[in-house]
Amino acid sequence: MDVITLKDCRKALIAALWFMFLTFPLLVIKVNTTENLVIWRWHNLLYVGVAAGSASLLTSIFRGLHDRKREQQRHQEKVIHISLTERFFSNPVVSRPVLAAGALFFLIFPLLFSTYQVNIMTTALMYVVLGLGLNIVVGVAGLLNLGYVAFYAVGAYTYALLNMHFGVGFWVALPLGGIMAALFGILLGFPVLRLRGDYLAIVTLGFGEIILLVLKNWAEFSQGPGGISNISRPGFFGMEMSMATTLNYQYYLTIAMVLLTIFVINRLQNSRIGRALFALREDEIACQAMGIDKTTIKLTAFALGATWAGLAGVLFAAKNAYVNPDSFTFLESAMILCIVVLGGMGSIVGVIIGALILILLPEYLRAFSDYRMLAFGALLVIMMVFRPQGIVANIRRSYHKKDSAP
Amino acid sequence: MSTEPILSVRGLTMEFGGIRALDKLDLQIYPGQIAALIGPNGAGKTTFFNCLTGIYMPTAGELHLSPPEQPGRRLNGLKPNQVTEAGLARTFQNIRLFPGMTVLENVMIGRHCRTKAKIFGAILRNPGTRKEEKETVDISMALLAKVGLADVADEFARNLPYGAQRRLEIARALATEPLLLLLDEPAAGMNPQETQNLTSLIRNIRDEGLSILLIEHDMKLVMSLSDYIFVVDYGRKIAEGTSEEVRINPVVIKAYLGEEVEYA
Amino acid sequence: MEYFLELVFSGLTRGSIYALIALGYTMVYGIIGLINFAHGEIYMIGAFTALIIATVLNMYGLPLPAILILASVAAIIWSAAYGFTVERLAYRPLRGAPRLSPLISAIGMSIFLQNYVMLAQTPNFLPFPALIPDLPFLNRFTSMVGTTDLAILLVTAIVMILLTLMIKFTRTGKAMRATSQDRTMAFLVGVNVDTVISVTFITGSSLAAIGGVLIASHIGQINFYIGFIAGIKAFTAAVLGGIGSIPGAVLGSFVLGLTESFATGYVSSAYEDVFAFSLLVLILIFRPAGLLGRATIEKV
Repeated sequence: MDVITLKDCRKALIAALWFMFLTFPLLVIKVNTTENLVIWRWHNLLYVGVAAGSASLLTSIFRGLHDRKREQQRHQEKVIHISLTERFFSNPVVSRPVLAAGALFFLIFPLLFSTYQVNIMTTALMYVVLGLGLNIVVGVAGLLNLGYVAFYAVGAYTYALLNMHFGVGFWVALPLGGIMAALFGILLGFPVLRLRGDYLAIVTLGFGEIILLVLKNWAEFSQGPGGISNISRPGFFGMEMSMATTLNYQYYLTIAMVLLTIFVINRLQNSRIGRALFALREDEIACQAMGIDKTTIKLTAFALGATWAGLAGVLFAAKNAYVNPDSFTFLESAMILCIVVLGGMGSIVGVIIGALILILLPEYLRAFSDYRMLAFGALLVIMMVFRPQGIVANIRRSYHKKDSAP
Repeated sequence: MSTEPILSVRGLTMEFGGIRALDKLDLQIYPGQIAALIGPNGAGKTTFFNCLTGIYMPTAGELHLSPPEQPGRRLNGLKPNQVTEAGLARTFQNIRLFPGMTVLENVMIGRHCRTKAKIFGAILRNPGTRKEEKETVDISMALLAKVGLADVADEFARNLPYGAQRRLEIARALATEPLLLLLDEPAAGMNPQETQNLTSLIRNIRDEGLSILLIEHDMKLVMSLSDYIFVVDYGRKIAEGTSEEVRINPVVIKAYLGEEVEYA
Repeated sequence: MEYFLELVFSGLTRGSIYALIALGYTMVYGIIGLINFAHGEIYMIGAFTALIIATVLNMYGLPLPAILILASVAAIIWSAAYGFTVERLAYRPLRGAPRLSPLISAIGMSIFLQNYVMLAQTPNFLPFPALIPDLPFLNRFTSMVGTTDLAILLVTAIVMILLTLMIKFTRTGKAMRATSQDRTMAFLVGVNVDTVISVTFITGSSLAAIGGVLIASHIGQINFYIGFIAGIKAFTAAVLGGIGSIPGAVLGSFVLGLTESFATGYVSSAYEDVFAFSLLVLILIFRPAGLLGRATIEKV
């Protein structure tokens, strides 16, 4: 069997021609309606043809190899397939030093790199928190929340407003932001969680837009599109800090937040509630037949995810000392969703890797920053079609070996 | 029988947009009994289970669960999870396990309504939560041992062979500590050896004090196992009695397409 | 009174556009049970294609009616092609996957197409040429209702009638209805389900393209983002009427259009979108099956 057959080539040719046709008006012709100018960009047609053709060929080759591997496996006796990640984590001799090195790297990061890098890393870590929070909702419980950023906004504005009106400090606002977001989560979740999954997606999307519109338009409350500035940065027992120290301090604060999040979520996932959430994603009807109150459990997941968004929101407001509605658009929700999907739904390590890739990569590839959202959109589709479990698939824990051992 | 029935159903009717799937069904199950619900395909057997377990809202009728030495409870209008909490557990005709979870976790899910750790307990892992968690694992492992699946506790449920999946569903249902166990075609797709094992498993469960209601097409299994049989057709109960009584009932024979039915 | 009538007409116009988009949502949902998030983008691509083709033809000095027809036809062709391709690439491989997968894929497609058009064309608003000519006899009424309003209402009515005829009487229409009732059964009796799904996407996309051309010439400017909000609103309308139901989508669209028109006219225009979303939330809570939808019972 050849790697490329004639049929594959014909398919590639058809794909190339089809996409050249498809993209013709939008990619080739550029109009300027005010001056009635038309620019013809024929070279784009060539790029599209080549790209579509080679993509089609690559898919064919990939499929062919995959099928052949399957065919071979069928001839052998039962093959136990263990993924690379599973092998990595089940082997402490390999995984412990790697994890320790990773932890050390993050710990001494500010000593190694410039404040600019530290600042970017702080942002990336905040997305780790957001990703882990959304992971509870989407990855573990399987509830598609497209308005996640609304809870992030609730947290950020809770701190911004409390600080502006009453001079409330960061440490007091942090839990308040989390609680406020959780309340909003319950408020929204209570009526809509009875709905089917795809309706939930659209209602949360709508909710996100409502929060955004309110923040933009209700100026007496939120200062409108201009936002709120001069928010106090997080303090440390009233110490005066230089700019660089503040940045480093915020970095470590975020690291602490990430660790707390991992700790809590890890414990939660392996608990009665966590198991119920996971089961709910697998089969709702069986879940109810097992005595699980679906609404309560869903509400718990929803509120829990919202709490984390709220905490991250307070952190965000404190880090930038400024908030405005533009930070809380749908695209932000989409990006966090992308982090979860890329990393692996339900997997903590996956989400961390996902966040670091998706936030750091565009920062260091500034030249391509225009293509960022384009790539995110494509990534969501490609991941779903080719690797729905994400980079790091979720692993289920073995209970009885550890727990019931005397 | 003089004792009070553990489950009594009176006048149960279920309509789907004018079509009557169940028509004034009456049925009593007594403690310690293995009862069977049989009937041709589409007679309304699974619909009956769905009404009983709160998945469908019946159009009319009374559902009553009366545990011995406890106040009885009306099941109408309860949500599926409340029915399970009241003491009714079920398996599904088309197996509904949690395929992406391990065998042990599947059973542990069954313990959900009998345990109570909340979020903060989970995060803090206080002694109470730890104790409860250990109990959950122990009870679940014991149930797996009972159905013969202890050695595959860490496998994904989806990797189990068919017959083992059916047994896992039973273990999971037992984990909810039911008074009455509802089995929807537990022997479907099993080979004779597996069916034999299933028969003794069901007997063992009954001997531990549970009552069982099963839907089954395998007449050999039904006849050898059941203390009492209800026959339904077109949503109506057409006969009831012991296996001897039902076997010779002309109405029942006619319902099975008038053919000679091999009861063996 | 005049203001009231003006609001009624503007509501009906809005409703017509929503209806043209909502039909695509409802048809796709009826057949494969998926919220096609990228559908709003198909509508936006229709508007852009029409704009591009019209501008080019205008440079060659074609008469206005010819431009109008050719640009609309181009919009329909390319929107349909995009709809077809999106289904093939992003949804077809995911049939049988967990419900969440195609939904996420659809959101990805929506984001991708938005940014694709933004990068290929422009992030700014483009003025859309006035393709629909003014009719002098209407001048008496223009304070209340413009020519484009009337054109929108008229075209929508014709399209609805054609669609109904197609679904009721053609072979394809019957196959579509069969597939939406029971996909497996339709397949077993010899319906080519893949073709039916493709035809559904092509039909829905063509309707959205017509909506795109109409609204663009009505409002007079477009950008890459118009599909997103219009998409959510049209989806709201589809849910309002009962998703999966074609008359429901039309009814829901008019209800939503009129609600928005009155709410912005009498209350406040800043919160225009809030009304739509609140309506959606309320409907889903109190009547999740929609106005004309039937409650479904999940088989266990």
